Amino acid sequence: MALSIVESCVNCYACEPLCPSEAITKGEEIFLIDAKKCTECEGDFADPQCASICPIEGAILDAFGEAINAPGSLTGIPPLKLAEAMAEIQAR
Amino acid sequence: MELKVLGQDNTPPLTDSAPSGGCSSGTCGSSEDGMSHLPDSVREKVHNHPCYSEEAHHFYARMHVAVAPACNIQCHYCNRKYDCANESRPGVVSELLSPDQAAKKVLAVASEIPQMTVLGVAGPGDPLANPERTFATFHEIADKAPDIKLCLSTNGLALPDHVDEIEALNVDHVTITINCVDPEIGAQIYPWVFWNNRRIKGSKGAKILIERQQKGLEMLIERGILVKVNSVMIPGVNDEHLKEVSKIVKGKGAFLHNVMPLIAEKEHGTFYGVMGQRGPSKQELSDLQDACAGDMNMMRHCRQCRADAVGLLGEDRGQEFTLDKIEAMDIDYEAAMEKRANIHAGIEAHRDALRVEQAEKETPALIAPASAPPARIAITTKGGGVINEHFGHATEFLVYEASPEGVRFIGPRKVDNAYCVGPDVCPTGDDKGTVLDVILDALEDCSAVLSAKVGIEPWSRLEEAGITPSGEYAMDLIEEAVQGMYGDLIEAGWAAKDLEAQAAG
Repeated sequence: MALSIVESCVNCYACEPLCPSEAITKGEEIFLIDAKKCTECEGDFADPQCASICPIEGAILDAFGEAINAPGSLTGIPPLKLAEAMAEIQAR
Repeated sequence: MELKVLGQDNTPPLTDSAPSGGCSSGTCGSSEDGMSHLPDSVREKVHNHPCYSEEAHHFYARMHVAVAPACNIQCHYCNRKYDCANESRPGVVSELLSPDQAAKKVLAVASEIPQMTVLGVAGPGDPLANPERTFATFHEIADKAPDIKLCLSTNGLALPDHVDEIEALNVDHVTITINCVDPEIGAQIYPWVFWNNRRIKGSKGAKILIERQQKGLEMLIERGILVKVNSVMIPGVNDEHLKEVSKIVKGKGAFLHNVMPLIAEKEHGTFYGVMGQRGPSKQELSDLQDACAGDMNMMRHCRQCRADAVGLLGEDRGQEFTLDKIEAMDIDYEAAMEKRANIHAGIEAHRDALRVEQAEKETPALIAPASAPPARIAITTKGGGVINEHFGHATEFLVYEASPEGVRFIGPRKVDNAYCVGPDVCPTGDDKGTVLDVILDALEDCSAVLSAKVGIEPWSRLEEAGITPSGEYAMDLIEEAVQGMYGDLIEAGWAAKDLEAQAAG
């Protein structure tokens, strides 16, 4: 059981010092979670720390590959509204 | 025997020995930005700080280093994915630096731009959500360039935990961004905070943030550390509420309140940008600043600069100090510090001479007939407190309001592109119209614009827009030029712009 970080990571360093297992390191492109060390914070914290401070929706996945922070859950922007705005900008 | 400090042979008299008054405006030399109500100790600290002293910002430079990428809260005006070289707003940077790299950059800039007095850490996240990186940078600079003042700006959540270290490092200026004191309003600005190992959403999270901000403010004041409060004005969310915020933070001892306009465009990808939350109009901003002013100095010259800005306020020379360029520089710290001391002494001598000149002048109680309507007048400057920038080179205009009672500073107006940055890259055809249209729009409330020079093409468009262009005041002191132009307008019987009607529109 381990979490993972995907390419939408913005390298903000917020997660790294919080990890109780020291499982997070800065990689070439993005931060990485060492699956062998990650405990999902079980026994240490109620919530996985990296996913609790990460500002980017979808950047941290659970052991099943599902985004822990779903679209819209952190910014409050409804995903449909964001898609509309992006489409509008593209069309300019 | 008095010891002479190198480069300070022409030590100016202390500010408090200079006569105060003699000018009705809030920005003239003799009143030091209307800061005369502050204790001497505070005035001394802000005297050469470009971000705090409106007068100083014409002479002294500052820089931010982007060493703090992490944040512990989310604000609806911020997008954490953002990273762009061409955009200028807080929280945007091109290059994240390690503390070592940052220290190198600071020493390079402080050597190349000897007007530099201040180093700030402002992001791109929150400096106190990255305490090791922020303080390591400060330690290095305190060691190698002890004349540089250290500042940081924070959302306040982690502030109470770091007051000891802030004090120990002689960081004597801290800016706290306080947008509200009511958690319900806070819930509309901050979707979450990370606190005690949990992400806490809504008003519950906002309440924690507010309590920590206020506690941090009180702790800093107790220790004699200067606190400026920044607030982002968000129409319909916290605009009215900011009057209360202003009263509270003043009451607790913040020495300056800086109300800034919300910047929100769809392309920024922020909550407010995408949801269509508008920013305030120029007049709404200036009205709220007036309403908050009371007996405390309001700050109106803030440029809302990037977390990696370098140079005088209003300019960004960051591109001259990229990592590869810094690597190639060979810097003698001692010599650089000596050079700075000399340059600063020269600037102070100049400011002093201006102050004496102002004080000696007979200033009439009214600078125009009492019945004359006020006029807003824009100027362009490269620094030094004089009109020395060409209209076509300006990406920012400083707007002043002249009225029979005197001249006061309203605020800067930024535009993305200068009308003409040089003969080779002048936009042509439709684009050229667009660049000028943006400038005309930014100056719509102005009756005149004073530059070192104004070209023929923009000249006629400015006149059509009811903005009298002038190059007559080139190299003149800003306030004197504005006052002179006001006289010219009155003499010419100009059609005054209805500032209130514009505000309503």
